[in-house]
Amino acid sequence: MTLILNPNASPLLRGHAMTVQSPDDNAHTPVIHTTVSHAQAAASVGEAKIKARDVKVFYGDKQALFDVNIDIPAKSVTAFIGPSGCGKSTFLRCINRMNDTIPSARVEGVIEIDGSDVNAKSVDPVVLRSRVGMVFQKPNPFPKTIFENVAYGPKIHGLATGKAELEAIVESSLKKAGLWNEVADRLHQPGTGLSGGQQQRLVIARAIAVSPEVILMDEPCSALDPIATAKIEELIDELRSQFCIVIVTHSMAQAARVSQRTAFFHLGKLVESGPTEEMFTNPRDSRTQDYITGRFG
Amino acid sequence: MTDATLGAAAPRSAASTAMQARLKKRHAAERTFKAQGLAAIIVALIFLVVLVGRIVAQGYTTFETHTLSLPVYLNPDRIDRSDLSGVNYDYIVAEAMMKKLGVQDDDLGTTSTKVQDLLSRDFGFQLLNKLKADQSLIGKTITVTGPLKADADLYFKGEIKRSTAEGDRKLDNQQLDWLDKLEKDGSVKSGFNFAFFTHSDSTEPEQAGVLGAVVGSAMMLIITALIAVPVGVMAATYLEEFAPKNRWTDIIEVNINNLAAVPSIVYGLLGLALFINWLHVPRSSPLVGGLVLALMALPTVIIATRSALKAVPPSIREAALGVGASKTQTVFHHVLPLAMPGVMTGAILSLAHALGETAPLLMIGMVSFVPGVPEGFTGAATVLPVQVFIWENASERAFHERTAAAIIVLLVFMIVMNAAAVILRRRFERRW
Repeated sequence: MTLILNPNASPLLRGHAMTVQSPDDNAHTPVIHTTVSHAQAAASVGEAKIKARDVKVFYGDKQALFDVNIDIPAKSVTAFIGPSGCGKSTFLRCINRMNDTIPSARVEGVIEIDGSDVNAKSVDPVVLRSRVGMVFQKPNPFPKTIFENVAYGPKIHGLATGKAELEAIVESSLKKAGLWNEVADRLHQPGTGLSGGQQQRLVIARAIAVSPEVILMDEPCSALDPIATAKIEELIDELRSQFCIVIVTHSMAQAARVSQRTAFFHLGKLVESGPTEEMFTNPRDSRTQDYITGRFG
Repeated sequence: MTDATLGAAAPRSAASTAMQARLKKRHAAERTFKAQGLAAIIVALIFLVVLVGRIVAQGYTTFETHTLSLPVYLNPDRIDRSDLSGVNYDYIVAEAMMKKLGVQDDDLGTTSTKVQDLLSRDFGFQLLNKLKADQSLIGKTITVTGPLKADADLYFKGEIKRSTAEGDRKLDNQQLDWLDKLEKDGSVKSGFNFAFFTHSDSTEPEQAGVLGAVVGSAMMLIITALIAVPVGVMAATYLEEFAPKNRWTDIIEVNINNLAAVPSIVYGLLGLALFINWLHVPRSSPLVGGLVLALMALPTVIIATRSALKAVPPSIREAALGVGASKTQTVFHHVLPLAMPGVMTGAILSLAHALGETAPLLMIGMVSFVPGVPEGFTGAATVLPVQVFIWENASERAFHERTAAAIIVLLVFMIVMNAAAVILRRRFERRW
């Protein structure tokens, strides 16, 4: 848990984990050791919402991501899979510039949303993050009421002009997150009093409330029980029609269930990306094959 | 559980004997540690009980006092209507006392002097005030109630004993006889010593109280709190949440930690040089005392605030940043409010520490006789710990019980502050 919560510590630990977990690649026959190129990334997707080209991330001297090229389409779910420490969360956090909060982190390359570079000097991370919402591994509602949790984003971005409008936003966000029926009669009770799954849906409602275009989810179900997980997955499937969703997951079954496209990361490289069905049935790269068949990771 | 299963799985006699021995050793070590811990707590408790017990035993008598009701004939021959303040009221009181005791003064005034030694000068002041208010009282007999002189009070409290050799006590046998007589006819009454809380320092112990020192302490703490808490919290917030982590912030951090360990008298010297000699802040005032103590409390407030901020889970920061809050919004809407219980506790504890501080105040002239409530933040003032220090140095015996009583007041002040810290923390925490 601390490993993920404390981003300063994770690069070293990740490095350690990799040396333990990575298999001897040469032990497998015909190995294609390529990563996704510009052309491949662009070819597979028609109209891309998010476009990443040659993204490299360094934590101090250590390089965590190597030349990631990927196109992510709008109004669909893209899953990032891969073993622990492979860089999938790191890449996710580049999209809304959450890596800015880590002093030693450095991002190179280009990430574009609708054609504009998120790392450009003119882009205010605050505005960017209102367009790109995020849901974290551990449910992290503010220790305030349910209402205040959802209303906070619209309030600070000035999305509501009056109380009635704010209430409408809160209600519709909670409805979209499938939580309204469970909390309608206790909006003014603490959000931290909800169950884990409800908290995670509250956090999703909070992200939706500022009407983002992209929602990033960093292992949103890893702290939840199977029933809560099923509800979140159902919710993701519903939200797909309105948002571009990127989800990092450890569970390949979950990736297969919720995503339309999948990207496989390994040792900081994007090994392969494509339609989920194709990835799971007919992977091009041997490492992908090994991973999805459970030979490592 | 694990040990048992392992033991069952491998029942080798040699190994199990060794294991039994190890287990025994482990249990013994555990028992020894528990006993040592318990002993440490008992020793600490004994110290506490002895400390508090001794102070209370020494000081509680201060809260009782003996008063005398005396009919006084306002002899027109002795009162000059044109100069009321110049009248020798003490002698009028002595006359009334002699009349009550049925004794006569001699030519040298020996008896009147001895009688005066039993009564507080408060009687004289009361007469002056009464006459100033109503001159028609002259020629009449009025009843005045006032405190006995400290030595007489101590006799009734059993601190001065008849069994002591006459030359070794302040009061001679005749005076003690008079006191016994007064007690017998019911004109001496014992009661709660309100004067101790409504009077300030005085050269006469029966008139001395802690009001001036309590007010001085409160005013000084207000200055300290107004400076140390906002500055400390802002400094800590900047260092913890905004400052880049580099060599400079490391140096600043080390220095703040060092400042917290600087002896307090050094802050007194600094305050003397900086605030009094350079900035010409009035000496001995609550303002300069508060400034010096604020300097002293600042590192503690900063350290407490930083650790409270560190204790806020990073997930809250990520949550706020994730919905597009700016760094400042994240800190002021979420992180700081969550750290507030810790900040409050740290701040109040460091203020309580400042309340008990004496050494730096001696350097800035607060160790002076101040017979009144400070006239504002720049007026001369004394504070509780310094009052304790002054009384402890006084030669009169009655001041010693007042020293202990002032310590009790100081302790109560601190307990109230610490209780406030606990209540505030509970209230803030109860919100979630």
